[in-house]
Amino acid sequence: MAMAIRVFLLSLLFLSFADHSFSLYEDQAGLMDWHQQYIGKVKHAVFHTQKTGKKRVVVSTEENVIASLDLRHGQIFWRRVLGANDAIDGVDIVLGKYVITLSSEGSILRAWSLPDGQMVWESFLQGSKPSKSLLSVPINLTVDKDNVILVFGKGCLHAVSSIDGVVLWKKDFSAESIEAQQIIQPLGNDKIYVVGFVGSSQFDVYQINAKNGELIKHTSAVFPDGFFGEVLSVSSDMLVSLDSTKSILVTINFQNGEISFKKTHISDLFEDHSGIADILPSKLSGVFAVKINTLLVFIRVTAEGVLEVVDKINNAAAVSDALSFSEGQQAFALIEHVDGKVLLTLKCSHDWNNDLLKESVEVGHQRGLVHKVFINNYIRTDRSYGFRALIVMEDHSLLLLQQGATVWSREEGLASIVDVTVSELPVERAGVSVAKVEQNLFEWLKGHILKLKGTLMLASSEDIAAIQGMRLKSSEISKMTRDHNGFRKLLIVLTRAGKLYALHTGDGRVVWSLLLPSLRKSGSCEHPTGLSVYQWQVPHHHAMDENPSVLVVGRCGPNSDASAVLSFVDTYTGEELNSLGLVHSVAQIIPLPFTDSTEQRLHLLIDTDKHAHLYPRTSEAIDIFQREFSNIYWYSVEADNGIIRGHVLNRNCIGEVVDEFCFDSRELWSIVFPSESEKIIATVTRKLNEVVHTQAKVVADQDVTYKYISKNLLFVATATPKASGEIGTATPEEASLVVYLIDTVTGRILHRMAHYGSQGPVHAVFSENWVVYHYFNLRAHRYEMSIIEIYDQSRADNKDVWKLVFGKHNLTSPISLFSRPEVILKSQSYYFTHSVKTIAVTSTAKGITSKQLLIGTIGDQVLALDKRYLDPRRSVNPTQAEKEEGIIPLTDSLPIIPQSYVTHALKVENLRGIVTVPAKLESTTLAFAYGVDLFLTRMAPSRTYDSLTEDFSYALLLITIVVLIAAIFVTWVLSERKELQDKWR
Amino acid sequence: MRSKPVILVLFVHLCLSLLSFSLAISSGDGYTITGRVKIQSMGVKGFGAHAKSSNVKVILNGGQRVTFLRHDGSFSFYNVPAGTHLIEVDALGYYFSPVRVDVSARFPGKIQAALTENRRGLGELTLEPMRVEQYYEIREPFNVMSVVKSPMGLMMGFMLVVMFLMPKLMENMDPEEMRRAQEEMRNQGVPSLSSLLPGAARSS
Repeated sequence: MAMAIRVFLLSLLFLSFADHSFSLYEDQAGLMDWHQQYIGKVKHAVFHTQKTGKKRVVVSTEENVIASLDLRHGQIFWRRVLGANDAIDGVDIVLGKYVITLSSEGSILRAWSLPDGQMVWESFLQGSKPSKSLLSVPINLTVDKDNVILVFGKGCLHAVSSIDGVVLWKKDFSAESIEAQQIIQPLGNDKIYVVGFVGSSQFDVYQINAKNGELIKHTSAVFPDGFFGEVLSVSSDMLVSLDSTKSILVTINFQNGEISFKKTHISDLFEDHSGIADILPSKLSGVFAVKINTLLVFIRVTAEGVLEVVDKINNAAAVSDALSFSEGQQAFALIEHVDGKVLLTLKCSHDWNNDLLKESVEVGHQRGLVHKVFINNYIRTDRSYGFRALIVMEDHSLLLLQQGATVWSREEGLASIVDVTVSELPVERAGVSVAKVEQNLFEWLKGHILKLKGTLMLASSEDIAAIQGMRLKSSEISKMTRDHNGFRKLLIVLTRAGKLYALHTGDGRVVWSLLLPSLRKSGSCEHPTGLSVYQWQVPHHHAMDENPSVLVVGRCGPNSDASAVLSFVDTYTGEELNSLGLVHSVAQIIPLPFTDSTEQRLHLLIDTDKHAHLYPRTSEAIDIFQREFSNIYWYSVEADNGIIRGHVLNRNCIGEVVDEFCFDSRELWSIVFPSESEKIIATVTRKLNEVVHTQAKVVADQDVTYKYISKNLLFVATATPKASGEIGTATPEEASLVVYLIDTVTGRILHRMAHYGSQGPVHAVFSENWVVYHYFNLRAHRYEMSIIEIYDQSRADNKDVWKLVFGKHNLTSPISLFSRPEVILKSQSYYFTHSVKTIAVTSTAKGITSKQLLIGTIGDQVLALDKRYLDPRRSVNPTQAEKEEGIIPLTDSLPIIPQSYVTHALKVENLRGIVTVPAKLESTTLAFAYGVDLFLTRMAPSRTYDSLTEDFSYALLLITIVVLIAAIFVTWVLSERKELQDKWR
Repeated sequence: MRSKPVILVLFVHLCLSLLSFSLAISSGDGYTITGRVKIQSMGVKGFGAHAKSSNVKVILNGGQRVTFLRHDGSFSFYNVPAGTHLIEVDALGYYFSPVRVDVSARFPGKIQAALTENRRGLGELTLEPMRVEQYYEIREPFNVMSVVKSPMGLMMGFMLVVMFLMPKLMENMDPEEMRRAQEEMRNQGVPSLSSLLPGAARSS
């Protein structure tokens, strides 16, 4: 009987969180999660501001996004995210209804419907030779009443119909060895000029009939000094370029097919400057801009090809292309930085001294310099011309300036997150309470009536929105203090632009942002890149008064041997506390499990010469470090050579300067994979901060197994070199995938397993004593997910209670590295439908709650899959005891339950990573997914067993209690009366 | 003489198979895979919002190439080398099986397609969703039964039963029997909570 009850209870428990451990009602969306949409740093922008229809700007970005933005508010009308290797080279609007994009190095031309972003046509342009890709939409060029788009890509010139994308004609230049620089189409003319260089010193002009692509004339001329870089067209028959020394400006006139060069020394134009010049690629008519050192010089070209300096500007940042706004009038924008403000000047190309517009706009000091500017004109109510400017800043943000003010701004830096960490919010102090908004009775009643309507399914869509807003307000998710459950935190994200943002986990707003000065381009640091961000100081206990801080690690250049930069940032104030420009490089950063008296975490930076550098550089840190000196081991992976090495610290560095924070290392072991058969494609370790609740795992029949929870395990996947590419390149016979489990201290291979006929890409996650990895099975032509669980056999004898009582167990016996660990491995594979972009696992505060895998699918959604589906002990017919334990009968593929998508009906476009952060409440974890979009949700893998759910009906509880009390009284009165009657009887 | 019809049959078979599959156009070193995605409005209410075909992506080989649908639902991948490829459709609200596509090198342009989930071959590359994905739990409409079935409701029901039916039962009981039962109860003493639990019951 007792057994039956237990079975019943367990099965009830099992059923209660079997399938839909994460599921939402539609009206719950947005309560515990937030979603933000971005597009990335804008590369090109085309305005569409005709009188009818919505005013919009079409942009293409460095994240391969093409988007249409509302010009009034900056919202996204539509957005298309192209593939990772489908970079956009050009964008334009044709016929007033199609957006044209050229991508994939000039080989794919697509047309999108302007109102809704539906793809209208797509055409594949063939060519053989990689070349510069150019997109040009001539205004008045028609062939058979069809507007023509001219595309130069892969060494061919194509004329494409703008209506259906059919290639009208094609001219192949691949045999001519010309590097085309420009396509020039003079107005009112059926001729197209393709100009370019052959080699470094020959200049060629091809005159082509626009109607049929026939070559009319080909002329070439040799310029003995050689050219440098690109040509810029100044007018329809005049080009400007630089000679190979970058000190002579060359004007090229190719009128009527006659090419003539004219050289002008830069030192002739102005005496005081000599040096290297760069031509800005802005297309201005009759004028061009040259950057000499920090000076921007505007030079006018006369019809005879004579150059004259028009203006010199000292702190200019960006110049837009020319825009023709009325009959023959052309203007362009010039951006300068004056006293921390952005000065926007609209210049008329022909009348230099007359500025059309001069506005000074405050854009905020954390945005850096202006990188790009695009302008558009409109007609004011008084029929004069007004201008608006779209500017792209150093931190990738996008701003629209109009009438001396910022109309809207978009924090596009958040589209390119590099690394994420978290920080706690300040503790709520007594007396510092957030003022509560007093509600009057009527409002209170109204709110409750609305809620009642909602539960009775009578609410209209407006009511539902009102209820949603009320719920958001009441849940206090966006307060700036720590909460009891630990849901409110700060997400510290580092973006590619070198900007650090603090996002509030409650509503995703930016609390502060900081464009790191150490990660900005400077004389000593040419190409700074941010690498990662770590928790530097997490104050608790004795350092409570200090603010937490994070460490940002960057590097001055794209190569790993570039010198490193460190920056320490206070997470409450968002100010940089300190920054260090290091002399050494950084290859690896190891946060050590030790902290000093101010709770600063010790970090070990390994440089490319395998020297270890200790930070912080204090004597206290070195004392702590010396104590643990012999216990520090690390490994390095050289994926290109197929070698994994283990290292140990040796002694202080020997160099000219004595540096007690620098240590030599010694190679302890190395594993060399045979390069002809195995190539490392993935390595994964456990997260350093993961908490494991217990080593013991109770399996069926009250049996205990012990998990092998060493933190020094490394999962390595190798594939045959032929199969290490993409799917479709290898046959099953020549592909195989081998996975290893390696102890990183001893270098011992604990396990090796081969999957024949399988290939990468491998995405893996390592947690507790298991690793789950996703790969492609070529024989079945399906994706598979495998699990390996590792159990410790040396502890297996400790099951007997008496042994534990009499101390005959080996739980406290030291683990020796010389003895072979007695481990037992269990493994199983399942099919999984989708391609995967990333895998993560939920993490909770104490590690008691069962785990879920968070799988970022190819559809940019995040699927929560219960770990119990990936249990190697699943069998076709589980025994009664196994069923009781919660083992799911074996199926060949993993289920995809739509309700368990944590992103529900949203997408995280271009998903790149998922980060899980434990909340203070054991059942709950925060999951943050980032890509072009950001998404954060709160999830409870085993439901919120330690707190009441949000939709718990307190009202019903109260009513029940009241009714019960009333019933007690009523029955009491009734029974009294009955007793009295009985006594009277 | 006998082998002739066999060859003829083989030839005819080859011709048919060539006809039945979509032909890929050879272009340079690769072929073009052309197909169609068909999403009918499956008659499910509320799915019009995210069933827009304009944001449907078709993905080749796990992200190697991404393309979009035209108005008629057609898509193309250009310059695909011969081999076995995988096509996935990413449409929010629908579940598509990945498709295995064989681009034959021996018969240039011959394409064979099969769903990987159930190994069903596709005559032509027309992809249809296997099912509609409902991302939200459907809230049960308010009804009296759900309130009654809830723990609170059951409690209330039980109380009502005790309140109104028990007295009736007591009344119908034989007074003799009642007395006997009461006496029995007195003999046994008040039943403690521990004796109700199964574990304790075993020990007692």
